[in-house]
Amino acid sequence: MTNTLLILILLGLMALAYHLGVRRSQKLVGGPGGVRGLHSLPSYYGFFTALWCGLPALIMLLLWVSLQGSVIRDLIVSDLPEAVRNLPEARLGLVINDIQNLAQGNIVSGEVSPEMAQAAEHYKSLLRTSYAASFVVILSLAIAGLSLGWRLISPQFRARNRVESVLKWLLIGCSTIAIFTTLGIVLSVLFESIRFFGQIPITEFLFGLEWSPQMAIREDQVGSSGAFGVIPLFVGTLLIALIAMLVAVPIGLMSAIYLSEYAGSHFRAYAKPLLEILAGIPTVVYGFFAALTVAPFIRDNGELLGLDVSSESALAAGLVMGIMIIPFISSLSDDVINAVPQTMRDASLGIGATHSETVKKVILPAALPGIVGGILLAVSRAIGETMIVVMAAGLSANLTVNPLQSVTTVTVQIVTLLVGDQEFDSPKTLAAFALGLLLFLVTLILNVVALRVVRKYREAYE
Amino acid sequence: MLSVTPNTAGVVTLPKGLVGAGFAPVADESRAINGTVGDITAVDPRMTARNVNVYYGDKLAINDVSLDIGKNEVIAMIGPSGCGKSTFLRCLNRMNDTIDICRVEGEIKLDEQNIYDSSLDVVPLRAQVGMVFQKPNPFPKSIYDNVAYGPRIHGLTSSKSELDDIVEESLLKAGLWDEVKDRLAETGTGLSGGQQQRLCIARTIAVAPEVILMDEPCSALDPIATARVEELIDELREQFTIAIVTHSMQQAARVSQRTAYFHLGQLVEVGKTDDIFTNPRHGLTEDYITGRFG
Ligand SMILES: Nc1ncnc2c1ncn2[C@@H]1O[C@H](COP(=O)(O)OP(=O)(O)OP(=O)(O)O)[C@@H](O)[C@H]1O
Ligand SMILES: [Mg+2]
Repeated sequence: MTNTLLILILLGLMALAYHLGVRRSQKLVGGPGGVRGLHSLPSYYGFFTALWCGLPALIMLLLWVSLQGSVIRDLIVSDLPEAVRNLPEARLGLVINDIQNLAQGNIVSGEVSPEMAQAAEHYKSLLRTSYAASFVVILSLAIAGLSLGWRLISPQFRARNRVESVLKWLLIGCSTIAIFTTLGIVLSVLFESIRFFGQIPITEFLFGLEWSPQMAIREDQVGSSGAFGVIPLFVGTLLIALIAMLVAVPIGLMSAIYLSEYAGSHFRAYAKPLLEILAGIPTVVYGFFAALTVAPFIRDNGELLGLDVSSESALAAGLVMGIMIIPFISSLSDDVINAVPQTMRDASLGIGATHSETVKKVILPAALPGIVGGILLAVSRAIGETMIVVMAAGLSANLTVNPLQSVTTVTVQIVTLLVGDQEFDSPKTLAAFALGLLLFLVTLILNVVALRVVRKYREAYE
Repeated sequence: MLSVTPNTAGVVTLPKGLVGAGFAPVADESRAINGTVGDITAVDPRMTARNVNVYYGDKLAINDVSLDIGKNEVIAMIGPSGCGKSTFLRCLNRMNDTIDICRVEGEIKLDEQNIYDSSLDVVPLRAQVGMVFQKPNPFPKSIYDNVAYGPRIHGLTSSKSELDDIVEESLLKAGLWDEVKDRLAETGTGLSGGQQQRLCIARTIAVAPEVILMDEPCSALDPIATARVEELIDELREQFTIAIVTHSMQQAARVSQRTAYFHLGQLVEVGKTDDIFTNPRHGLTEDYITGRFG
């Protein structure tokens, strides 16, 4: 909480610095009229001063916050009695947790000994000191920065270049954060998967025909030994994705053709946003629509026809997923079709082709690569989609291509593997990471191919 | 830029009032538009437009234009930017139908048949009245398929060899055959700008139209490619009726037999090209061709 106050004060100081910087730069050239005598606009001098004021202080604050915890911990540990200090790492962690809880007035796991009470007091006072020190250090840093920046201002000073290079580094920083986060996630999934493959051979995982991850968690439990063949999951995933695509591609593509080629501007103005509302429906809503409406409907009608339909079927999940993907395909295709230059249409119509011939023979072939790219993106979405299949596709890993049966998908299994209490080194849990890695690789490949295709298509007209 | 030298006539006339006039359009009686000056009829008309008005929404873009397009002649349409040349040209094969807000009034006949008649089908009309556009717009298909596009759509051929013949003949007429005969399977968009435009001309003549409309066909081309296209237009005149929009008065003078000058949606003056360029009768025409306007 004190940090919030500190940050607010810092922001206030930065605003002040900005103001002072602007004022000083103007004064140096004799009032706002003399701006031409400055290298940069006055606001850049303001930003420059504000950055000098804020940046070092903020960096210091960050360092402080990140180091404070471990420094205090070390101090506390060094004051604990010998016996406690020599406890194994895990137990020591518990003790320190207790001390922190005690200091914050939370519930403590065991008896409160006098040493602990003392340590907690010590902890509290350390924390207080640290906050006070951080206040002083950071604010003086800010003020020092402010005056330094202020002093650096002179008419020839290239404030704009400095500010812009700081901005550039800020942008670089942001993109690096994004990249490194992704990298971190991928690596952690990779390492957990490697642990999994240490217990289950990778060939068994990739080519096994049976999936039943239930295994004994404790030694004394009776349970199946577990089978981790991913084929049934992939067949299920692909089956559902295929059904979804069979629904979404024709409907999406044709509505895109209608909207971009035939519909009047008035109709399009209403229809397009309406179609895009579909994309805004949360997938969980689609999920219970699939589970509560579509699946029973299919089962009832299937029974009328004398078919054996299970209450959770690939068909239900696939149909609903297809509907979910329609706006995705239609808006992508619409963009691509609209990007085909009007001159192509003119050329074709000018020779005496009909509208539909023009669409078939010129526009669709020209837009095809882009449409294919869009479809591939949609496939990778279908494969990664979770909520609908969790609710409507079922859990049993049947190796079947019958859409009326219940199947399960990679994403559903990841969810079920990780729901509930888990032991983090059992193959059952680690399997989720392996599945995640596999899913990641498949969608990555699909996306790369799709983006390639789309880019190639763009080049054709540039 | 100032002096226009119609080489067909070989005479340079600097019209009166040019010297020291500061090149501002002169507003006087001779600049008022009261109907079209000159003879709007052709000796042997193929298309006749009468009292054509074109609106974009509420805006009048073509105002009461009447004009004949004669058989086996090239008619050039000139005028300042935005005066409605393209709009008028696009009326002649109903390409304006593709623009939602565009409305055409009046009568345009192709060989005595009113093309705006509700019973008429635009598809065969556009096959009869072909169009070449300002920017070369080959399809992203092979050179062969570009030329074969029209004949295939209209079912003009029954065998591959007939189609081959049409493609070769059209490319020959467009003066492109020698350059592309060994690479018919390559894409049309890979050709140079001038070659692309000749490919588009070949594509248009492959359906054997009777009239060819060209909207600034050389504006994207270099002088050499322009000269080739102009040569081509001259050759095509023997078989086709051609209407060409151009911003180059030299070009109009070189390729056309009749010239029509448009101004703010009205047809100001029309007549024999030689006459228009050597002896314009309307003040506005004179301003334009002497470079005082536009
Ligand atoms: N699609 C359209 N929608 C609305 N107005 C249009 C449209 N096309 C043309 N116009 C208007 O009609 C008028 C005539 O345009 P047009 O394209 O026929 O001129 P132009 O003589 O061909 O000009 P340029 O020499 O620049 O090609 C212009 O005022 C233009 O703004
Ligand atoms: Mg034009």
